[in-house]
Amino acid sequence: MISPSGWIARAFSPWATGWNSPPDVLILNDPGGWALILGLVAKEVPFLLLMTLAALPQTDAARRLTVAASLGYGRVWGFVLTVLPPLYRQLRLPVYAVLTYAMTAVDMAAILGPSLPPTLSVQITHWMMDPGLTQRSTAAAGAIVQLLAVLAALVAWHGAERLAKTALVLGSGCGWRMTEADSPLRGIAIGAGCVLAGLLIAGLAGLALWSLAGLWPFPNALPSQISLNTWARAAPELYGTGAVTLTIAALATGGSLILVLACLEAEHRYDLHPKAGALWLLYLPLLVPQIAFLPGLQMLALHLGTPGAALWAVAATHAVFVLPYVFLSLGPAYRAWDSRIAVVGATLGASPARVFWRLRMPMLLPAILTAAALGLAVSVAQYLPTLLIGGGRVETLTTEAVALSSGGNRRIIGAYGLLQMLLPAAGFALAIGVPRLIFAGRRGMLQASG
Amino acid sequence: MMQTGLDLCELRVTHNGATVAALHTTIAPGEVLVVMGPSGSGKSTLLAGIIGSLPAGFHAAGRVILNGRDVSHLPTAQRRIGILFQDDLLFSHLSVAQNLGFGLAENAGSRAQRRHLIEEALVDAGLAGFGPRDPATLSGGQRARVALMRTLLAGPQALLLDEPFSKLDLALRDQIRTFVLTRARSLGLPVILVTHDPNDAAAAGGRIVLPDGSTP
Repeated sequence: MISPSGWIARAFSPWATGWNSPPDVLILNDPGGWALILGLVAKEVPFLLLMTLAALPQTDAARRLTVAASLGYGRVWGFVLTVLPPLYRQLRLPVYAVLTYAMTAVDMAAILGPSLPPTLSVQITHWMMDPGLTQRSTAAAGAIVQLLAVLAALVAWHGAERLAKTALVLGSGCGWRMTEADSPLRGIAIGAGCVLAGLLIAGLAGLALWSLAGLWPFPNALPSQISLNTWARAAPELYGTGAVTLTIAALATGGSLILVLACLEAEHRYDLHPKAGALWLLYLPLLVPQIAFLPGLQMLALHLGTPGAALWAVAATHAVFVLPYVFLSLGPAYRAWDSRIAVVGATLGASPARVFWRLRMPMLLPAILTAAALGLAVSVAQYLPTLLIGGGRVETLTTEAVALSSGGNRRIIGAYGLLQMLLPAAGFALAIGVPRLIFAGRRGMLQASG
Repeated sequence: MMQTGLDLCELRVTHNGATVAALHTTIAPGEVLVVMGPSGSGKSTLLAGIIGSLPAGFHAAGRVILNGRDVSHLPTAQRRIGILFQDDLLFSHLSVAQNLGFGLAENAGSRAQRRHLIEEALVDAGLAGFGPRDPATLSGGQRARVALMRTLLAGPQALLLDEPFSKLDLALRDQIRTFVLTRARSLGLPVILVTHDPNDAAAAGGRIVLPDGSTP
């Protein structure tokens, strides 16, 4: 998309730029890291959006906004003062996870980031994968530095949170209503949203087009031939890699789902109330840089592992990262379920197991499927764990896409990238569609699922 | 089985040592005991103590004896005490008939017999033909009647009512109250009605106590 021979350059060539061959400008892997920053933004915005949508119903936003509006506050300022604080409290851990991911991502940094010198995470991975074992200790030292850097960033971010909170409290005491700020801010918000959505859609379309492209000389905006050749040629490999990816994702998500459901059901039956500390523990794998603790898991896998178990080892490692997301996505819905329904079920003579299977599971099916889809997406996106634990023997769409990206065959990359996006998208589509199908005649269920 | 009613022997619900509710009485079959009191006075906690669904931190002492059977230490599912809450709490993923079927015991007979029992209950509630309906499409009064029939199909030996009429329109309230109390009496069920509405108490026409066991 943004590479020198990408769509933006093509769209303006040759009439605006006068280029007949792709300019020799370093856009991808630019030393300033701008391409990486843009890419990370595009990747994380959908995630944060999803988390926000999940958290929003718990903030009673509509009524808060109505109260703010009835007191004369503008929409945006009213939102900032009344909805943002409780919303951010729910989003804090996901935001920290994004911050950590952005600092430690290997796959994104390898494709888009500066290469000489690379980001710390990429460098550590190089050391880690170095055949000479002497580099291992360098890698370990690098991981410590990375951990400290992430901790410093988290502390700095927390400080900024404090400042913002103080500013908000002061601001809410001033009596400003800011109604006149609404229309320009709304314009900016809509514009930014459209640009971002446009970038994402265009990026996807670009991948799709490349995977179908025959000959595509610069600076034509469209390829001169469209064919299914790439797909046909890559089909066996794509199918195999896709199947491995799906198997790992299904194992990791299924395992996490069972653990999380058991956890939440125990919480319900024994009336336990986990404290905030437990939540942090859950989030730890997302907050600590992967490179800092994956080598430990790798050692474990090496000690335990026969080559045939690599797939299982990778799935188990994925579960370490999938589980927190499944828990965070399912937990609130599980706890919000009216426990009097369980009491009614019990007084009707139903055992706890019957209440669980016949009442709670079906009523929470939409939330469970959404959590599973999120788990699937997280597993599909894992790069470093697959690479390190799989020891190169387990190839998923993501590791293949990253490996191919240095090769420069855009057609194959397009096919892999597209499939890598389509799998999670199909998961979410199923999560939304299946409950609608099953509960077609049940208005109470469809309202509950939003 | 002896129909001796519901015996509450020195029943005392405590929270961190402090008494929240206490009752020592016998409710005869077909009798309605009204527990009056403002919200937050421990009425609902008392009922939770009787069916064995107290939240953590609460503790029930004393005994609950139902028709001569000590149920104090049984799990809720084995006590055979039905309850109706303020909300009808119909299961939104099931049809009206499936909701009623959930209440029927497993040994209630063949598939055809079960269906017959459900249809009978619907007719009794004036809801003939409502079986396949989505509970969300029913009116408040209809939902309340389905909730009662579901409870009764489970064959309870006592009925607890936790302000089940308070969310209904005034016009409906009388009608549903009569509907519920008539059926409970005709089945000879001991009933505890928790309410803060004097009209409920008057309609029940029985003894009235406060959650701490004293009479007002």
